[in-house]
Amino acid sequence: MNRYVVEVRITPREGLLDPEGKAVYNALRSLEFGEVQDVRVGRLVRVVLNASTPEEARTRADAMCRQLLANPVTEDYEIDLDTIS
Amino acid sequence: MTSIQSVELRVAVVTFPGSNCDHDCYRAAKEVLGAGSLADEGAAPGAALRPDRKGETGLAGAGEAHRAAVRSNGRGETYFVWHRERDLRDPDVVILPGGFSYGDYLRPGAIARFSPIMDAVRRFADDGGLVLGTCNGFQVLCEAGLLPGALVRNASLRFVSRWVRLRVENAATPFTTAYREGQVLRLPIAHGGGNYVADEATLDRLEADGRIVFRYCDADGRVTDAANPNGSMRGIAGIVNEAGNVLGLMPHPERAVEALLGSTDGVGVFESMRAHVLAGLAAAADAGREARATEPAGRP
Repeated sequence: MNRYVVEVRITPREGLLDPEGKAVYNALRSLEFGEVQDVRVGRLVRVVLNASTPEEARTRADAMCRQLLANPVTEDYEIDLDTIS
Repeated sequence: MTSIQSVELRVAVVTFPGSNCDHDCYRAAKEVLGAGSLADEGAAPGAALRPDRKGETGLAGAGEAHRAAVRSNGRGETYFVWHRERDLRDPDVVILPGGFSYGDYLRPGAIARFSPIMDAVRRFADDGGLVLGTCNGFQVLCEAGLLPGALVRNASLRFVSRWVRLRVENAATPFTTAYREGQVLRLPIAHGGGNYVADEATLDRLEADGRIVFRYCDADGRVTDAANPNGSMRGIAGIVNEAGNVLGLMPHPERAVEALLGSTDGVGVFESMRAHVLAGLAAAADAGREARATEPAGRP
């Protein structure tokens, strides 16, 4: 059994209005960061878990996302995996 | 023989940690649905409205107090059900109240959805029982998959607490028969995440099936962007499930049941539910009589 750290990045689904991202975008532009083209604000969830293989850890993390961590109607997610030595 | 008019309803109000409209729902149900009268609660007015929240069984204990305090003419009762319970205690109506269950952590309603009582709520809904979710209750119903779509942050990013107007889009649901189609209601809202979203196919289906029950509108009943307080797609304020027995809406009908509070436009939701349940009981009684009438009169 190995220990893994899974980082799940959850963002508002592409194409959906992201009012928080829009507000941050406007604030950055008003601070004269004129190069800013787009901002989306999401959430980072860091889960430490035990699994036999990296594949298993990823599969379990994916199930966590589908059941609880992300809302499939409004959010997309990406999973990053690291082994804790 | 009991006349149908005198039958009182059993109304279960589910309390999650962070619910804060459960007492409003309790009061509205009790007064309007006639599930026990507040005036009957005896020497300590409001005592039953302040259940002891100490410990996980606090509200169950308060339920006992309600039962003792309420003089009802039979099975009728309005009572709280703590989210850790697994039994709804045979209600006619279940209300998921507003508030901030689990502090809105992760997403509003995302964690409440896994409360032990939600299995019973799902079974009750699947059996055709009436479930009303207001505000956070609507969010919980969407997260639980009992209603389609989701509620996200208000487009303004602000918490909005004010009166709004709603147009009744479908007056044929179990929750709206006391209204007429196109009627404009005045109800309060108080939420930061009431922006209803769903994919286009879902929205089209809701629309085609008459499942959009309320839309935000102006005083003249026009659905406009200016009248939309949170950015909800197609001005949606409330929807029902496919079977029509589960309603979720962001506005608070339970806060508009007494003239003192500024509006009585919410009464119709409760009256409609009452009429629906009583009609069901009457139909069941008729069916029972019919079954008895057609039974063989006994062997010669």
